[in-house]
Amino acid sequence: MLAAVPISWYLTLSAVLFALGVAGFVFRRNIITVFMSIELMLNAVNLSFVTFSYHRQQVNGHLYAFFVMVVAAAEAAVGLAIILTIFKNRGTLNIDDVDSMKD
Amino acid sequence: MDVILFLVFAIIAVVCAINVVVQTHPISSAVSLVGVMASLAVLYLLLGAEFLAAAQVIVYAGAIMVLFVFVIMLLNAGAEAKKGRSFTAQLLGLPLWVAFLGLMAFFVQRLFPQSTLVHFGGFKGGGAAEIGHALFTTFLLPFEVTSILILVAILGAIVLARKEMD
Repeated sequence: MLAAVPISWYLTLSAVLFALGVAGFVFRRNIITVFMSIELMLNAVNLSFVTFSYHRQQVNGHLYAFFVMVVAAAEAAVGLAIILTIFKNRGTLNIDDVDSMKD
Repeated sequence: MDVILFLVFAIIAVVCAINVVVQTHPISSAVSLVGVMASLAVLYLLLGAEFLAAAQVIVYAGAIMVLFVFVIMLLNAGAEAKKGRSFTAQLLGLPLWVAFLGLMAFFVQRLFPQSTLVHFGGFKGGGAAEIGHALFTTFLLPFEVTSILILVAILGAIVLARKEMD
């Protein structure tokens, strides 16, 4: 039994969460779930930032994670407003039905 | 103790993340995402990031997820319609995903072989005082730019969610 956790475990966990976020982003059809998968990916990257911050014994990684959090909050506000507008104008949340830029 | 805490919360995070992806109803995905964020906050604490753990719970699990749940309720979003995927996606999706995950895990293991061990309390620079000091000295310009970004986001959200769109 190990006494402490190697940082590669934290980074592997971050990789797993990021890959799950990518899977949700690619395979799901509901626009809100796709958006939540993006948040999952941002969280995974934040975990790597904090882990590298521990590795380097510096506080900078925490600041980057903090800024990612702020940008995620702004992105959530604007993105959910866009989703509301799409639903109001088209009445659907399926991303396969929102394809008017393809024609 | 560190290993047990890490394993427990890592497993909770991964199970909740899988749940986010496989649930068809958006509200179930949202609740699972709250689970991921809460367990990540505990992992931040283990890594010595006290301020970020608090910010994670307040900003992510508190504010952003409430916004998500609010929009899901507002739109009355039901379960996702089952539609046939394209043949290429069915055939290549899972193998490509596993290859992607395997490559990332492989590089992580190769680049960081058992080098640094994480002890609880091994990094003491993550409190609010240190973060605040760095934020208002080294990162002052990004901090100010962030305030403008949030102002723009507020205006964008108001303009987009207005009553008339023409």
